[in-house]
Amino acid sequence: MNICGVALDILIASVLATTIRVATPLTLGALGGLFCERSGVVNIAIEGMMLMGAFSAYVVGVLTGSLWWGLVGAIVAAGLMGLLHALLSVTFKVDQIISGTVINILAFGLTGFFYDQFFNRNAPSPGQLPTLGIPVLSDLEIWGRLFNHQPVVWAALLLVAVTHFVIFFTPWGLRTRAVGEHPRAADTVGINVFFMRYANVIIGAGIAGLGGAYFTVEVSRFSPGITGGRGFIALAALIFGNWKPINAWLATLLFGFTQAIQINIQQCVSASGSSDLPFFFLPQIVGLLPYVVTIIVLAGFVGRSSPPAAVGVPYDK
Amino acid sequence: MLYSWESNVSAISTNVDRTAGGSGSSSGSDGGGSGQPPQPSFLASVWAQSSRSFLVPILAIFTALVLSGIVIWITTGDLQKVIGPQGAFAGLWQGAVGTPRNIAATLMTATPYIFAGLSVALAFKCGLFNIGAEGQLAAGAVTTAYVGYAIKGMPFPFHLILALAAGLIAGMLWGAIPGVLKAFTGAHEVIITIMLNYIALGIVAYLLGGPMKDRTPGNVQARTPLIASEAQLPQLFAGTDWQMHLGVPIAIMVAALVYWFLKRTTWGFEIKTVGANPHAARYAGMSVPRSIIVAMGLAGMLAGAAGAFEVTGVTHRHELGFGAGYGFDSIAVALLGRTNPFGVVAAAILFGGLKSGASQMQFNTQISGSIISVVQGLILLFVAADVIITWLYRIKARPVGVSMALAPAALAASVGASAAETPVEDAPEMEPIAQSYPKTDPDMGDDSPTTKERGSGRYEAGGEEP
Repeated sequence: MNICGVALDILIASVLATTIRVATPLTLGALGGLFCERSGVVNIAIEGMMLMGAFSAYVVGVLTGSLWWGLVGAIVAAGLMGLLHALLSVTFKVDQIISGTVINILAFGLTGFFYDQFFNRNAPSPGQLPTLGIPVLSDLEIWGRLFNHQPVVWAALLLVAVTHFVIFFTPWGLRTRAVGEHPRAADTVGINVFFMRYANVIIGAGIAGLGGAYFTVEVSRFSPGITGGRGFIALAALIFGNWKPINAWLATLLFGFTQAIQINIQQCVSASGSSDLPFFFLPQIVGLLPYVVTIIVLAGFVGRSSPPAAVGVPYDK
Repeated sequence: MLYSWESNVSAISTNVDRTAGGSGSSSGSDGGGSGQPPQPSFLASVWAQSSRSFLVPILAIFTALVLSGIVIWITTGDLQKVIGPQGAFAGLWQGAVGTPRNIAATLMTATPYIFAGLSVALAFKCGLFNIGAEGQLAAGAVTTAYVGYAIKGMPFPFHLILALAAGLIAGMLWGAIPGVLKAFTGAHEVIITIMLNYIALGIVAYLLGGPMKDRTPGNVQARTPLIASEAQLPQLFAGTDWQMHLGVPIAIMVAALVYWFLKRTTWGFEIKTVGANPHAARYAGMSVPRSIIVAMGLAGMLAGAAGAFEVTGVTHRHELGFGAGYGFDSIAVALLGRTNPFGVVAAAILFGGLKSGASQMQFNTQISGSIISVVQGLILLFVAADVIITWLYRIKARPVGVSMALAPAALAASVGASAAETPVEDAPEMEPIAQSYPKTDPDMGDDSPTTKERGSGRYEAGGEEP
């Protein structure tokens, strides 16, 4: 059976491989948001942190000639945005949504400004990262593409497991959750609420920055606004996944899957030249699916979402 | 706390000029510190309040400009490019208010910011965060454009009015969706409006590229056809090169209307009360869900108006990418205006000036216009975290608890929790509202039996809630 001139198994394999690929920044963004929100700080700034990560990966990659350092730069720069978010929302007790908005606007402005000033006329390539494959599986003819990815993709998958373990099976995770659920009680038993929030926001921002770096790594360049709102989809995935790492990851896979379908339909349309698609198969309409699903989930038609109880509330000692 | 902003309306207009320059900071600092003098005279208390309310934004703008100047200085290594006669700030000033023509352009650029900022501000008053202005704007713009070009042969004012009304209604419906979901399921409006933004933009992209695409030969852009000339807003200075359409004065009148709505009508009062304390509002017999839906619907209508007036007044069609960035900018406008409708107008004019000055600046200095986003982000940062400003300029601290009161108390409530589940922490603040209730709303009594019942001292009970 052929669809758009491609054998079905190849099509499925490539859709799944694309799913994993496009879900990666979403996964990392969602995990970053998870650390932040589990400690009680709302993070609508994932977008800004990712954008900062993407830009820093590019700049550091160009300056050092190695994208590996670019990844480090992305984590550090986004971590600094996290520090700003923590400073505003934990210390200054600014409304956390406003703080996040500030970071989003600033990240957009700063990355756009510096890119225009220094790189717009000649944009050097920051280099490339090697793809890493799982030894035997990646040699398969059709399904091998599922096991051959950029290092960041593997890092994202690894971090899903690590985050799950850290949040649910370590003292650090217990403290983080305590601070996010009932900071007063956590404070009473001697947990430093401010420190836990600062640390988790910065860790989360670093992870989101790594997710942003993936945009740069994937195409070996940067363009202003490259994240294109994916930070907000990561936030939606986090909520969809009920603030649990594995569920959030599955949610990002769902979102990635719709996007992969969208990409494949687009390729199919441009290959065949016909544009007589049924309404619900139009790329623009398929692309709306994640958002509709998120609204349905949030409205409680699928199941209640239960955020950390103290999320969004500044802690006053 | 909500009320203190509103007593400053008259002072705003006088402060507008100062905002643009970012100067005049030191002159007000003596009044800014006045904490709580015992029984100050009326004028003194007005001055103390207004200087506190406006000193911080003005200093925030000033600080943001200075910091951005430093950023430009570092990146270009040339101080002349920042403050020289051909520098960034000179270009910004020239482009924004340098000539009467540029002032007209600034006001016209400010118009969508006024509408969208009012949208965010109105939702704020109800304790709701409307991040969806961009989607509502797109819904309004595309509907107005459709009515504008699809109907043919309708006489002038009626076609225009119909097109505008269609845009407003589309925005209202799109804005009401998160209101309804929030009111009945508790779904948080921040996420819902963000999602609805993408849905609106996706649908609009589909419409502009498909069914509504401009089919004139040679057009490859995703845009609608031009709207009929009967559906276009009249230009105020026709025959000159000043560009200003009728939407500019209308926007300012709408700001006054929103002020009146919030201050003088039952619904406006209920919206503010729900924003201040949903528990007390419900206890007083108000319908919290209704207020949320009305607030979001009106917010959507205002954002839709931003799109409708832009289409009928400026672009005369809707095209892909128009309105991008207004969502977040309008949040900054609303916060900078301290959610006061007239403050929003002032902040919108500032943003309009920055935006229309940016092109002149870019032309003069080849400095990226993105620096404007940095300025805007920094302004919002310093307005939100006014602790930094009060510390930096040694202004005496405001009373505890007021400094973060940019947004109503309910806004601090969590993502995911419905308004009704908000923890009650600001109960004492209901007292002034309860006291001013008969005064601010003389028409309350003849509204309906339920409102009469409300007037019978149940507010005091609300105030005592722990």
